Amino acid sequence: MSSTVPATSSYWKRNQQRLAPWLFLAPGMIMFSIYVIIPIFESIWISFYDWDGLGAKTWIGVANYVELLDDEAFYTSLKNNILWLVLYLLAVPAGLAVALFLNQTVIGIRLYKSLFFFPFVISQVVVGLIFTWFYAPDFGLLSALIKTVTGESIAILADERYVTLGIIAAGLWPQIAYCMILYLTGLNNINPEQVEAARMDGAKGWSLLWNIVLPQLGPATFIAIVVTVIGALRSFDLVSIMTDGGPYGSSRVLSFYMYEQALSEYGYRMGYGAAIAVVLFMIMMVFITLFIVRMLMQERNA
Amino acid sequence: MFPTPVQKAAPWVRHAYTIILPLALIVWLLPLIGVAITSIRPSGDLAAGNYFGIPSRFAGFENYTAVFRDSPIGWYILNSFKVTIPTVIGAVGLACLSGFALAVYKFRANLILFFLFVAGNFIPFQILMVPVRDMTLKAGLYDSISGLVLFHIAFQTGFCTLFMRNFIKSLPFALIESARVEGVSEWRIFRYIVLPLMRPAIAALSVLVFTFIWNDYFWATVLVQGQHAMPVTAGLYSLNGQWIAAWHLVSAGSIVAAMPPVLMFFLMQKHFIAGLTLGATKG
Repeated sequence: MSSTVPATSSYWKRNQQRLAPWLFLAPGMIMFSIYVIIPIFESIWISFYDWDGLGAKTWIGVANYVELLDDEAFYTSLKNNILWLVLYLLAVPAGLAVALFLNQTVIGIRLYKSLFFFPFVISQVVVGLIFTWFYAPDFGLLSALIKTVTGESIAILADERYVTLGIIAAGLWPQIAYCMILYLTGLNNINPEQVEAARMDGAKGWSLLWNIVLPQLGPATFIAIVVTVIGALRSFDLVSIMTDGGPYGSSRVLSFYMYEQALSEYGYRMGYGAAIAVVLFMIMMVFITLFIVRMLMQERNA
Repeated sequence: MFPTPVQKAAPWVRHAYTIILPLALIVWLLPLIGVAITSIRPSGDLAAGNYFGIPSRFAGFENYTAVFRDSPIGWYILNSFKVTIPTVIGAVGLACLSGFALAVYKFRANLILFFLFVAGNFIPFQILMVPVRDMTLKAGLYDSISGLVLFHIAFQTGFCTLFMRNFIKSLPFALIESARVEGVSEWRIFRYIVLPLMRPAIAALSVLVFTFIWNDYFWATVLVQGQHAMPVTAGLYSLNGQWIAAWHLVSAGSIVAAMPPVLMFFLMQKHFIAGLTLGATKG
């Protein structure tokens, strides 16, 4: 028993294994709680108040949520978020296609892979500015191309019909690069014997890809879908940079509309903004729960 | 290997591939190439309608000098470094500790805490915006570099802990077991046995966090207002408002702002990709 060692060290000696994890966890957990976990609940709480961020808060119950139900701009943002989500997922098959195209061993291929990955490294602010220029009527490269082909000039970012599509296309550029790099790593690690064996059996092209290669790329596909879904719902930077939500608010997404309500010239409606954020959070939680359940199943199997 | 290596394909496929590869790259990077060319174009070209042709002369030097001389972009870049470097050190440091705790010890709350870190890392920023801004204001850290750094450290700890925990899990556990049998204290096990093995993970994570934080725009607009603490992403956006249609300056500024993470990527490519694709191959 520990009665032979001094009392001070004995408690520590006996419980070191039990206490150590908490001491190691403490700094990270404290920071994470203060800035991430607690604010989530505070936001939910604030969403039941009318608050300008400075003065006193007034409890108004679910009035903010009721107002959302009737808010045209909210529905526009929600619709655009769904559009983002659906179209952004094209980055996954597109990334796979680029990865398959680049998965060769010719001279200089490493540099090609790096350069294809390039758009992901630069900031979304820069991507937004690049595409604003690319789309600019008259002197933008894409507009010039469209004009040569169709004879019509289209101001993509000033046209309510095309603006969100134009921003999503700009977002797809880095996102495809991201998915590509995930798939390139996945392709690097597939079992060559299985592929060769399937080739011996006469499998090739699509059937080889679908039946032998894709199942082995499962983990890469999962991560690609996770980061793409999160990226689509988080989209804020490009909307803010390229159009500031316009024209006439037609390119708003929930994250941007929330910011606009809480912090812009439209007034400091913190409670209303928080309510929008809670809706976005709930949508995100559906996906986060799915991801966590899958990860949990993997942990159990490991 | 999939797809079939071009070396084994018919000669025409091989030739086609060598032609298509550079063409595809040019198309892929077309927006970027356009901006790079615009950044060395004299302003007279834009006025004369020469948007896509060969620049009439090389004006890169004067454009880039103008960007640095006539705008505070140099200051913004300095701010970005002041935000990014402490964040990398803080977040990676905290994650070494918490990742170790979650990977090595078995206790009841382990998985719950782990998934709390994972989930926190996926949430939309907007759910944090109002309280974090309010808290930063009350602490007197609004519109300061340290206010931004503290938030970034805390938020990045989620992703970094996920990363570190999975990395330490893949290390041989027998190493730790035998040290415990020898009576080595838990702190020394961390400091002298596990930490030295974590170097590749620390390198990969540092490069990634550097890029994430450098490229952050949302928090830079929420927690900072004035020029004195503004990082280059938000700074570039405000300059864009001043340089209306001066695309040669906007382009040069964009390229300057993009440079540090780009250099980081090319210098540390192996680590960067290893970090980004963690989990893409196994489990």
